[in-house]
Amino acid sequence: MGRLNVTLCGIELDNPVIPASGTFGFGYEFAEYYDINQLGTFSFKGTTAQPRFGNVTPRIAETPSGMLNAVGLQNPGVDRVLSEELPKLKKVFSKPVMANVSGFSVGEYVEVVEKLDADPSIGWFEVNISCPNVHGGGMSFGTDPKAAAEVTKAVRAATKKPIILKLSPNVADITAIARAVEDAGADGVSLINTLLGMRIDIGRRKPLLGNITGGLSGPAVFPVALRMVYQTAKAVKIPVIGMGGVSRAEDVIEMMLAGATAVEVGAANLVDPYACRDIIRDLPGVMDRYKIENLQDIIGGAIK
Amino acid sequence: MKQTVLTVQTNEPIAKSVFKMTLTGDLSDVIRPGQFVNLKLDGFYLRRPISVCDKVGNTLTLIYKTVGDGTRALARYEKGKEIDCLTGLGNGYDAALSGDAPLLVGGGVGVPPLYWLARTLIAKGKRVTVILGFNTADEVFFENEFRALGANVVVTTVDGSRGTKGFVTDALAGLDYTYVYTCGPEPMLRALYRATKVDGQYSFERRMGCGFGACMGCTCKTITGNKRICREGPVLTRGEIVWED
Repeated sequence: MGRLNVTLCGIELDNPVIPASGTFGFGYEFAEYYDINQLGTFSFKGTTAQPRFGNVTPRIAETPSGMLNAVGLQNPGVDRVLSEELPKLKKVFSKPVMANVSGFSVGEYVEVVEKLDADPSIGWFEVNISCPNVHGGGMSFGTDPKAAAEVTKAVRAATKKPIILKLSPNVADITAIARAVEDAGADGVSLINTLLGMRIDIGRRKPLLGNITGGLSGPAVFPVALRMVYQTAKAVKIPVIGMGGVSRAEDVIEMMLAGATAVEVGAANLVDPYACRDIIRDLPGVMDRYKIENLQDIIGGAIK
Repeated sequence: MKQTVLTVQTNEPIAKSVFKMTLTGDLSDVIRPGQFVNLKLDGFYLRRPISVCDKVGNTLTLIYKTVGDGTRALARYEKGKEIDCLTGLGNGYDAALSGDAPLLVGGGVGVPPLYWLARTLIAKGKRVTVILGFNTADEVFFENEFRALGANVVVTTVDGSRGTKGFVTDALAGLDYTYVYTCGPEPMLRALYRATKVDGQYSFERRMGCGFGACMGCTCKTITGNKRICREGPVLTRGEIVWED
């Protein structure tokens, strides 16, 4: 094993860096910029049973050290993901990919997972129960331990591949949700999804986003995300993927010291398409500076 | 798309709240009029997408309006300042479809991308007419620059303080044209679409996250399916536009 390798739910990664869902499309477009096989893996665009246009525009607003998005799960639907997007990805990516799935009912999560399950390129399912930008599904499953457990059990029965539940920070106690999905059979949890926020256009005296509210991401949320990763890693035995404002190699190491087995990078990809490539490039030098031999050894190293 | 560092050479006001900036550097990915660049400004998280006004050799011209904190900061950049840019973004205009007498219609800071296009079309021997629409006389820019290219130029202002009083569509009567190229605020694009019958290319503006197709922040519906304004746009052909209310 190399210095950067980690094992995520039984699958070895060359490094812990994973572009987060919704910031990396289906990967192949970033392959125009660099060889995406350098990545540990990536989590593809959140996929639902039916095609979704998403929310009205504007969908994006800037914030101090971050951004709001209210894209609303725009995606071509699971059938076209299988017939069009994944074949394009396979031409440029030879590693197992993380399939991010979403739904508006327990049955929809199961339908999407069952359809994708047969595709051998999928290594893990990341089950999004935390999208703040859709109504009647998404986050409502991730803010109640019982509903979160129900989705987990149903998806668990639909696939033998590892399932990682993506958790919302918009709750009083994220560890209660994490424990509930662990007990229901989750192989891992990833956190945090975005924090619910908004901006107002002063000139027009109206919310800046068409959806009124959106999810906050970027460096502004990093300390909040790190705290929740730390608390969750203490509360569960399954692997935790840390994400939220990660922008540089040092952030990856902080997340891992807080208990993350792997680290997703989201908003940074939108500001700099080479962000993940550069983080991976910088990791060995930063590890040398802090006398870290192997990343696998530091997971949870700061937990007291 | 290319990520590159461009160096500011000049940055000066040319009309009310409108600045012209020239930058030098590697422009190998800037290949068509109507494309844009995405600038990383100090202290701002998201990049600022600005349309390309002109490219000559390794010199890029941008024209931008100070509308918020980011563009106001950009207006303070001085000669020698280096800016991290993503270049060569968006599809740009297809100059091959113009016919003999293309009409170019720009509204406000929708005018700049038409300049390189006009220069390209005139170099190909086309008879180019340009309508430049503004609100007031103090907002008018590039009237003389378009004339110097050899274009037939009509200026409109909403208050009548310069040129024809009214909107760009009020200047259409009597003009003879084979094709429309336009860029400006969406109500202007829509009015022009209704007031003309010939085919054309319309450049749209949306708030963007990334500017290169990753975030799905700027999606719009078209006759031929969903398109990202930053990637499959910003230029849509007349036949594929779906006007949303």
